[in-house]
Amino acid sequence: MLEKKTKIYWLFILPGCIFLAVFMLIPLFTLIMQTFFNEAGSFSLTGYLSLLESTYFKQVFERSIRLSLISTLACAVLGFPTAYYISKYSKNKGMLMALAVFPMFTSPVIRSFSWMVILGKKGFVNKLLVDIGLVDKPLSLLYNEFSMVVGFIQLFLPLMILSLIGIMDNISEDLNLAAGNLGASKAKTFRYVVLPLSIPGLVTGSVLVFTGCLTAYTTPQLLGGTDTRVLATMIYQQAMSLGDWTQASVVAVIMIVVTMLVSSGINAVSRKLNPTL
Amino acid sequence: MKKSKSLFFVTLLVYIFLIGPLLVIMAASFSDTTYLTFPGKGFTLRWYEQILKVKTFGSAARYSIIIAFAATFLALVLGLPAAYALNRYRFKGKEFIKGLFLSPVLIPVIVLGFVMLRYVTNRFKLPALPSLLIGHTILSIPYVMRVITSSLANFDFSMEEAAKILGASNGYTFFHILLPNIKSGIVSACIMAIINSFNNVSLSAFLTSAGVTVLPIEMMAYVEYHFDPTIAALASLLMVITLGVMLIIEKTLGLKSVV
Repeated sequence: MLEKKTKIYWLFILPGCIFLAVFMLIPLFTLIMQTFFNEAGSFSLTGYLSLLESTYFKQVFERSIRLSLISTLACAVLGFPTAYYISKYSKNKGMLMALAVFPMFTSPVIRSFSWMVILGKKGFVNKLLVDIGLVDKPLSLLYNEFSMVVGFIQLFLPLMILSLIGIMDNISEDLNLAAGNLGASKAKTFRYVVLPLSIPGLVTGSVLVFTGCLTAYTTPQLLGGTDTRVLATMIYQQAMSLGDWTQASVVAVIMIVVTMLVSSGINAVSRKLNPTL
Repeated sequence: MKKSKSLFFVTLLVYIFLIGPLLVIMAASFSDTTYLTFPGKGFTLRWYEQILKVKTFGSAARYSIIIAFAATFLALVLGLPAAYALNRYRFKGKEFIKGLFLSPVLIPVIVLGFVMLRYVTNRFKLPALPSLLIGHTILSIPYVMRVITSSLANFDFSMEEAAKILGASNGYTFFHILLPNIKSGIVSACIMAIINSFNNVSLSAFLTSAGVTVLPIEMMAYVEYHFDPTIAALASLLMVITLGVMLIIEKTLGLKSVV
């Protein structure tokens, strides 16, 4: 009786474990292992070495990191004051939170379409620029790095705002009052009280935005061009258009490694900056 | 006060940036032009009629709905008992098991799609529908796991003991004591998982076939050849549905419980 009772939890856990092992873990493990062997079946790093030598891959990799960094920075700069306003001053907090959540629930396909309407050659922005005479002919605002970054920011800014609000809501108003009473200016209070206490939210948000940008597929596919491929679109192109499964696998492994390194790296740095985390 | 004014201004700009494009696409869906443009010309509802005439949208929407609901149900069947065991029992390797059930969020979805195609669909010679179903179930498991684990953390397991002492069977205890207590957690987990599955592109892009495809993939394929307001009409329709779902969540569970 006791024996049966102590072991029953395996019955609850096993189906899920088997499912994830068969359809995710083992396939993933096989993928990673196969990148270290050549067609003859012996250990080899050719897959990685030839990829690292290709200038095309270098460009794609550099672009992925750079655009993700720019987007993360922009989300932090735009998200911080917004979250601070919503958390401390806004009277319609619920409404503003809901308005930030709504785009997150809307398909990235739809959100990318909307930028195609706005930034296209015949789009809203170009029409406006030509009409007021700022430019003679429509600018190329679409299918380049600019439109990709715009798309990324709109895609992931809500994540940053919500992560920051979660943290800022816990900063007691008393701390600000205390700093003020002790003679600190509003700017000083912000610099020495609000900012340091908000770092955990900034870190969570940045990890989410950066890894989100790095692995997003829809936005670069729709708003980027053929000469602005990033890691995610490269995996798809190698696998589905060119049929180069080996190279797609190597890029996939590199993407996993970079994502893991970035999230654990940023978390480690933030723990050093703020040991109370 | 002055500071809050400049903060308000930034917030306003940020919200225009977040919501504005969605309003633009809604406005463009009423335009009486054959190409998608904003500001549009005239007013027509014919693009909404046009949605029904594009045959592939109908079948793709059906598959999207079937897959989203079935995958969420499967994730619940696999995840709920595991979440229960992880909260209820003490055993070795608990953290590892928990990590395993949450791990699909750590792996880039685009990689998951590629891995699924290469080592599941191709290896087991699976047709598109079961492949999509398995893939979307993997994506849904962490949602189910995270939300239900946190609602189980607030559940007092001594209630379960009490029911059993009073003679309730295991099944009765589960359905009449445990489930009603974590109902709202289950509902919010399911809503999140369904929305996530319905909007997914990265995984489905690898697993759809000529006959079996899902709505986001079909929409992307459509704009490659036709950039007309039909797509804006469909997008607006989906956004109105999303808004409806959000209102229902807000009225019943509160949006906070979902996000």
